[in-house]
Amino acid sequence: MTSPDLGELYQQTILDHNRNPRNFRRVESANRTAEGHNPLCGDRIQLYVQVEGDAIADIGFQMPQGAGCAISKASASLMTGAVKGKPVADAEELFRSFRDMLAGGAPAPGKLAAFAGVRAFPSRIKCANLAWHALHAALQNRAEPVSTESAGDF
Amino acid sequence: MLDTARIRPDFPILAQPENGHRLVYLDSAATTQKPRQVLDAIIRYYSTSNANVHRGAYTLAVAATDAYESARLTVARFVNAWAPEGVVFTRGTTEAINLVASTWGRTNVHRGDTVVVTGMEHHSNLVPWQMLCLEKGATLRMVAITEDGRVDLSDFGKALESRPKLVAFPYVSNSLGTVNPAAQLTKLAQAAGATVLIDGAQATPHLRVDVQGLGCDFYAFSGHKMLAPMGSGALVAKPALLEEMPPYHGGGEMIERVWDDRSSWNRIPHKFEGGTPNVEAAVGLAAAIGYLEQIGLDRVAEHEQALARTTIERLNEIEGVRVFGPRDHRAGVVPFIYGDIHPHDLATILDRDGVCIRAGHHCTQPLMRRLGVPATARASFYVYNDVDDIDALITAVRRAGELFGVSSPLSLPS
Repeated sequence: MTSPDLGELYQQTILDHNRNPRNFRRVESANRTAEGHNPLCGDRIQLYVQVEGDAIADIGFQMPQGAGCAISKASASLMTGAVKGKPVADAEELFRSFRDMLAGGAPAPGKLAAFAGVRAFPSRIKCANLAWHALHAALQNRAEPVSTESAGDF
Repeated sequence: MLDTARIRPDFPILAQPENGHRLVYLDSAATTQKPRQVLDAIIRYYSTSNANVHRGAYTLAVAATDAYESARLTVARFVNAWAPEGVVFTRGTTEAINLVASTWGRTNVHRGDTVVVTGMEHHSNLVPWQMLCLEKGATLRMVAITEDGRVDLSDFGKALESRPKLVAFPYVSNSLGTVNPAAQLTKLAQAAGATVLIDGAQATPHLRVDVQGLGCDFYAFSGHKMLAPMGSGALVAKPALLEEMPPYHGGGEMIERVWDDRSSWNRIPHKFEGGTPNVEAAVGLAAAIGYLEQIGLDRVAEHEQALARTTIERLNEIEGVRVFGPRDHRAGVVPFIYGDIHPHDLATILDRDGVCIRAGHHCTQPLMRRLGVPATARASFYVYNDVDDIDALITAVRRAGELFGVSSPLSLPS
């Protein structure tokens, strides 16, 4: 038996996406990329986004050393699923909503709400935010890698 | 094994529950908990002897100076320093190494020279040398480590062919637990004409250190990893070297005479202790040394090695666990990974059971790259740990396996 709060963090959705991450690939046709790094735990994400017109036509991610923690990997997986095919403006809105949820606000829509449990684990909030900040940087066309230790609002 | 039932009550924090469980503190390689004897010594100092040192003519100031200088004698005896004036108090290992890099390094390392370090350095014994070499146009050469986490002696020999100015290495690796053959490495390096600095952060708390026996030139260690307060530590050096080195921080205390445009320096070790020193830290460090000596450093080492051996045996019984580091010659540090569970997740899960371990790169990113992992989980032991702590660790690790579904060997990655 795991204590209930641990179950809050590692919900089935999260464990499933950790084990079988979706869009876990390089997107060859990507015209936006971003690298996210959490120097505290060594997690690294490489994000590939293909923007066509105002929409995200394709998106994928890799964790270069084949390893990210369950929270960062599942978050990246669910993030890619949530924004794929969506207008860029909607993706930015989801980014804000996800970030607000982790800061104590209302749950983000759909499956993203699975990460509400992370709030009770302050040391893991940056893990959940990593992919979203990489997305934000990619959509903003920022060149420099995003670090959880330098972005002000992680 | 030590009688932990007698030792544990000395540590107030161990009586405090963690997430509703007995606190199982297995992160002493990061920092140790403090016994009442150390806390009491600090309170006693502030309650009875506090004044600025080396300055006042009044009795209280003399008492403060005595407390500080007597702590220096204690440290000198503890590590068998060349002389008490060869002990410079610092904030810890990091400051001690930066002191050497900034003073001895800037004076002696020039363009085209080589500084040698190993592939298992803590960032504190790597980054100061990177900074120095970049500034001077010198070469930094990193010695390879073997598959099982020891310094590769043949590559060490090759590195010495460049006649390096300085060779720096850890006595005990914080990430692997390897106890390096420090006296042998020192001898080889000095035979090649190098000055030798030993990072003693992980050795000094855990085994009997004899700097004269090691034969090195500089030895750095931290107090907070050996029951003493944070911000305590020392650089232990051959006095002749300290005499030749320029000062580190300019300010009060480190001067002899000050004119409008220049100054002359105080005698060693005060030349390197600019400003009001951390007397509380020195007093706490002396008390910690007293506590450890009462137990006996040989018994401390034996106790930790027994705990590490048992932990490694029991972790190896769990399918999918990989323990890093050498089989023999290791201290009470057990780094491991478990299946494809990220160490960060492992640490979070263990924490729910009150088990505190470190997860991450342990300030050894180049080493992690060599091991081919972004991070490891690390359990480390000290005088207050016992077999109950190992039981709690193993139970929690197995629980993590159940949660993440790696308990079955069939689901393990190949």
